[in-house]
Parts: sequence; C-alpha cells; structure tokens
Amino acid sequence: MGSSPTPSVSLFFNKMIEVKNLYKYYGEDPAVRGISFNVEKGEILGFLGPNGAGKTTTLRVITGFLYPTKGEVFIDGKNVLEEPLYCKKKLGYLPEDNPLYTDLTPREYLSFCAEARGIEDAQKKMEEVIEKTQIAEVWEKPIGELSKGYRQRVGIAQALLHDPEILILDEPTTGLDPVQIIEIRNLIKELSKEKTILLSTHILPEVQMLATRVIIIHRGVIRAEGTPEELSKKFKAKEISFALKGDENKIRERLEKADFVSSFELMSKEDAVYGKFLPKENGDPREKFAKFAYENGFLILELYSKSLGLEEVFIELTKEEQK
Amino acid sequence: MRGVKAVFKKEFLSYFNSTIGYLYLIVFTALNFWLFFRGFFLMPEADLRPLFSMFPIIFVIFIPAITMRLWAEEKKLGTVELLFTLPLRTHEIIFGKFLAAISFFGISLLLTLPLPIILSFLGNLDWGRTISGYIGSFLLGCTFIALGMFLSGFTKNQIVAFILAATFCFLFYIIGEDAIISFLSGFWADLFSAISVKTHFESIARGVIDLRDIIYYLSFISLFVYFNFLHLEVAR
Repeated sequence: MGSSPTPSVSLFFNKMIEVKNLYKYYGEDPAVRGISFNVEKGEILGFLGPNGAGKTTTLRVITGFLYPTKGEVFIDGKNVLEEPLYCKKKLGYLPEDNPLYTDLTPREYLSFCAEARGIEDAQKKMEEVIEKTQIAEVWEKPIGELSKGYRQRVGIAQALLHDPEILILDEPTTGLDPVQIIEIRNLIKELSKEKTILLSTHILPEVQMLATRVIIIHRGVIRAEGTPEELSKKFKAKEISFALKGDENKIRERLEKADFVSSFELMSKEDAVYGKFLPKENGDPREKFAKFAYENGFLILELYSKSLGLEEVFIELTKEEQK
Repeated sequence: MRGVKAVFKKEFLSYFNSTIGYLYLIVFTALNFWLFFRGFFLMPEADLRPLFSMFPIIFVIFIPAITMRLWAEEKKLGTVELLFTLPLRTHEIIFGKFLAAISFFGISLLLTLPLPIILSFLGNLDWGRTISGYIGSFLLGCTFIALGMFLSGFTKNQIVAFILAATFCFLFYIIGEDAIISFLSGFWADLFSAISVKTHFESIARGVIDLRDIIYYLSFISLFVYFNFLHLEVAR
C-alpha cells in the first residue's frame, strides 16, 4: 500500500539496444538459447565467442535480418519487429564477411544506400564517409577489383553513411593483414567517441583493446559478462596447481568426492602426482585443499594458484561444456 | 515508393553493368529477326503471328536468364543481408526487383519493333492485332519473370536458378499443348488448359483481348510475386 509504480522511462532511454530472452532456432537446431543483455549509450560492447557460438545469429536478429523464434529486441526503446524501419535507420551494420555488390563501384553502391535510406544531403554525407574511411582513391573502381582492406573500408563507409547512433560490427577485422587490422581498429576507436558500438569477434586482444564491456557467449548462451578487468578478476586465482605425494587413484577418488572442486586433472610423474583443479566457490581454495590433503594423509609438495587472463577465462568458459 | 525506386535503379543498372545484359539483348533480337525472316518470303500476308507464335518457346529459354540472378546472386554474395537491413520493406525490395526485370524484358521486346514496321511498309499490317500480340507477349514474359524470380530465391547458384526457371516455365507452357490435353480426362484436361500459359497466350496472340486472359496473367503474376514474399519472410 502506498507504493506507486516507479517510472523507468529515463532509465529505459539509456539502453540503445535491449535484448530480452532471445531464442533463435534454425529448424530444430537452437543457435541462440535465451540471451538477454543491454547495450548502453556510448559503450563499446565486445561480443566474444568461438565460431558458431551464436554471435552472428544474435546480431542478425538485432539488425532485423532474421526474426527471433522467441524473445524481443528493442532499439532505442522500439521493438525491431513492430517498427523495423525506425530501428534500421538507427543502426549502421557491417555484416559478417562484409558482403558487397562486386559489380558496382563504391560510388554506385553508396549512392544506392543513400537513396534506399532516403538521405537528404547524400552528397555531403558521402564526402564525409570518403574522408573518414579514406576510399577516395578507389571511388570509381568496381568493388570486385578492390583489395580486402579497401573492401572493408567500403563496408564500413556503408555502415557510417547515414551517421547512425549505433554501429554493429560483425568480426570487422577477419581476413585482413596485420597493418589493415590496426587501421580498422584505430578507425573503430575513433568512431567510439561518438557512437554506441556492438562489436563481435573471436579475437581476444581486439576485445581487450576496444571494448568497455564484454559478453562471452558460447553455444547460444551467455557465459560471462563484465568489463575486461572484472572478468579477469572474477576468475582470478581460479586455477590451482599442486603436487601431492600419494597414490594417484586414491587422490583421484578423494578429489571426486571433495565438495570444493568443480573439475580437475591429474598426472603421475616419478616424484609426485601433479595436478590442477578449478575451485567451485569463492573464498580461498588453497586453505580447503591443504585441509583436504591433511585429512586424507597426502603430503603437499607444491601448491600455487594462478590468475587467469581474459584469454584463459574465455578458454575455460568455452571448453567446460564440451565435457 | 522511394525504396522501390532505389532497388529498381540498382537492379536495372546492374543488367547493363556487365556485358551480359547487352549480349542478351543482341542475341534475343538477332535470333528473333533470323527466325522471322527465315520464313518471311513464304508468308502469304503481312502478319506478325509467326513471331508471336515463337515467343513462348523463346521466352522459356531467355527469361530465366533475366530472372536467375535476382535472388541467387544476392544470396551468393551475401548482399541479401545488406538489402534486408536497409530501412526498406520486403515488398518494396520485391517490387523493385520485379519492375527492373520486366523493364529489361520490355526493352528486349521493343527491339523487335522494326519487324512490324518493316511489315507495315510491305503490306497491310493489322496494327490492332499487332498491339494485342505485343500486350500478350509482355504479359506472358511478366508471368515467366514472376515465376523465375520466385524460383531464384531457392538457390545460391545462378545456373541452378536458370534451369529451375526454364523447367517450370516450360511445364506451365507444355501442359496446354493439345497433345497433352487430348491424353487426359475431362477434369485434368480442363484444369491444365485453364492454368497453362499457352492456352491464354494463343487467343491474345491472335488479336483477341479477352478480359479472362488478362485476369489470368495478372493473377498468375500476383500469386508468384506473393509466393516470393512468403518464401523470403518464412526463411527469416
């Protein structure tokens, strides 16, 4: 009694992209299974996952190319299915593998995009993206004849043409040489000053360099979410390596029963049984392990914890489920 | 409308962006002229009917070449994703493509106009019948285009799209052949002759514009354009 519903409108509008419990099936195969996340205004969200994790599918639903099997997507507070044109105008999209009309020149291609988008000052907008992406040199050459680096710039030019508030880039550096990769990354960094960016990649350094927040997705579900630092911290000291004196089989048997171990590996060597394990809960697993060894009569020869970098976090998260 | 216009322009230009578009027009025109003049001196009167009567079979081969790329190429290049993430409605994209294809086809048809003009100098050409023939031919072509465009959406491979379209255009033509219809019993014979493009084409080509034939063509076109829409939407 006496409590009135709190208006959440002001909060709502900071969410440039809102994905709610999204499912996407290809026939019987689930590609995305219940994903929810937001992209706040001004952030660069890194969408990280191995190939086939469901990244591209999620982006395709957000951009309106695919329809969700279940769940909803909102762009700037509007449902993608109900107001597709509004949402599509808000977005600039570089699809996976950067598809382009190879028989058109960048001029013809961007003119088509400008016309399809109903851009009023098309000439001015085109000059702006030529400047930003440096494609003046190849302006009149058929796209099919361009180098991969230039094609990528043309793809980005297309995504930037209407000066969208939100940029969605699906693996923007795949297939480029190291110099081109650095160029494109710098361009993305430059763009991030004024735009909200959702960036999908399977390359870790890219996320660490560019993203302000990371979502790790695997087999269609979100496995972890946070800033790159948070993720590293969260999984800090996660892996404990040890060397014990004792019978391997006995150690194995006892470790299987131990309540603080989520998974472990053992290897017998001449002098001791070496192993490592991932602890289950927070708190100091070293203490628990020492107690465990003592109670079971194993002698600890070595014990140390190793903090996992983002790379290891990623590998751990994405391999766990395969077992 | 803006969307239809933009897609139309892109599609129409791409017919002429490669040499294939020009090649098509040259071969189509040359073939028609040659086939027409081959029997020219045997003709008892100045009549364009020999030209029109060749059209269905020529269209079966030529029109799939116009429609094969419409979706297959977009799918192969992956550009269908760009197209569907532009702020365009699906039906605008379909109309744009369809209009571009029938405009290109219209041009190829216009290139045969020297034939009736030559005939009108040589004899007493019935222009009413000629115009009716051209209307019928255009509608027949649009029908094949709607069918071919729909089928082009099923594959990434333009050759497959071509063969599919040629096969189905041919089927819709051949089921109206007397040889086939005379084989069948009452119901099937009626059905086949009702849905075949051949039976409806013949009367128009003879110069008789029957509203039923026009309605048949327009329904056929609308149906397959709508199927195209459904197919694209369901696949998403």
